[in-house]
Amino acid sequence: MSKISRRRFLAASVAGGAAITLAPTKKALAATFEGYSEGMGVLVDLTRCVGCRSCEAACNKEQKLPTPDLPFDDPAVFDQTFHGGTQKRRTTEKAYTVVNRYEPKDGSQPVYRKIQCNHCNEPACLTSCFVNAYTKTREGAVVYNSKVCVGCRNCMVACPFNVPAYSYSSAFNPMIKKCIFCHETRLKQGLPPACVAGCPQEALTFGHRNSLIKIARERMRHQPGRYIDHIYGEKEVGGTAWIYLSAVPFEEVGFDTTLQKEPILSNVKDFLSTVPMVLAIWPALFSGFHLLAKHKENHAGDDHQNIDEEAHK
Amino acid sequence: MATNQTHSKPSLFQLVLLVAALLLVTVVTVPAAEAPDTITLNVLAELYEPVVFDHAMHADVAECAICHHQTTGQPEAGSRCVRCHSGNETNASVACRDCHVAEPFSADYMRSKEVDSERYHIDMPGLKGAYHLSCLGCHTEMGAPTGCQECHARTAAGDETFRADAQAPTGGNSH
Repeated sequence: MSKISRRRFLAASVAGGAAITLAPTKKALAATFEGYSEGMGVLVDLTRCVGCRSCEAACNKEQKLPTPDLPFDDPAVFDQTFHGGTQKRRTTEKAYTVVNRYEPKDGSQPVYRKIQCNHCNEPACLTSCFVNAYTKTREGAVVYNSKVCVGCRNCMVACPFNVPAYSYSSAFNPMIKKCIFCHETRLKQGLPPACVAGCPQEALTFGHRNSLIKIARERMRHQPGRYIDHIYGEKEVGGTAWIYLSAVPFEEVGFDTTLQKEPILSNVKDFLSTVPMVLAIWPALFSGFHLLAKHKENHAGDDHQNIDEEAHK
Repeated sequence: MATNQTHSKPSLFQLVLLVAALLLVTVVTVPAAEAPDTITLNVLAELYEPVVFDHAMHADVAECAICHHQTTGQPEAGSRCVRCHSGNETNASVACRDCHVAEPFSADYMRSKEVDSERYHIDMPGLKGAYHLSCLGCHTEMGAPTGCQECHARTAAGDETFRADAQAPTGGNSH
């Protein structure tokens, strides 16, 4: 067995350690995914929505969802609140999209806001799913395979927009339910989702996400002062396929404006990428330490002699 | 026909009279044809019945350019438009559907927009959007009707889509 001096071994260890520390940073920078270039999206213009709920009705029909508690032309739903009045309507297993009404602080006209899956560029639901049920398709939709879903509901916790719903009503085969951008029935055929097709006001504009960002900026430029200078979803959690324009501050109409700009995945990516390296290097590293220590115990005198000799060389 | 047979050789004076009469008729009828009293909007009718739009009444209460931009010969309020659409020229057509397409999100139309790098109007609403944005915006401002069924009656297909059959919950709420 060839002998390695302690000094050489420690130098190699330090170099290896430095490589471990530096490598993940480079990797994380290179691996940030900004969405498929041909990915589709929807620009939601809150100033155009009149709360007619045609989108909800169209979604219900397209996705063959059960009869709602109230007809889609009943405005009473806007007064519904839950959890002691703190929570407006949310997406459920029976409604993949809902429109809520908000009263802006400045006392202007009520603002209506449509909620559905935002189809993130780097979806947290997808990352959190350990059976790989979720897929971000090239068309931009975040879809899921209910056949492999085990009902763990990690995605419900992971979603920064609280979108995935759970079919609690099903006793034997409960599963996740959410908007899939009408991927199977419409998006794949190049058609806009049913809600967009049903919107009378063109509050929903369908197109390539890249084009929609240009259109959003164009609208801001042509109508100065009409919109808040922010496209919600352009940067939030790494960017979403559905993006929003509003005349009132987004936090006043139910949006979470405290979300990070980086994908949720970035919070754990650095840590996760070190796991394989730790598993590969640490056993060898500590075996080396162990062997050296053993060696020192057994041949204490010899080692001192060797080091002294090396130092004099 | 009978008159043509009896007067097989009309005099020059008669011809001049005829031409003058024809011109007079043309002058009177063309504006009437250009500005119809009512227009039936049925291109999109599916969930709702076609709308019989009272054009004459709306022409009385609003300037043409409010809805028709500069196409009727009136300058549009926005100064940006006259940079290209100068001279208040009238267009060959003033119908909404000639510019605002019925299927604004069809793959073909979106592609045609994206390959045309010279295109200025990248954010032109489709026909349904143009109608509703224009009509509803003005109706809200002027206190005119804004409910869906105040302008167009819902069809049976519309009742089905809006789940008119849904009843108020008898028991607790599902949430």
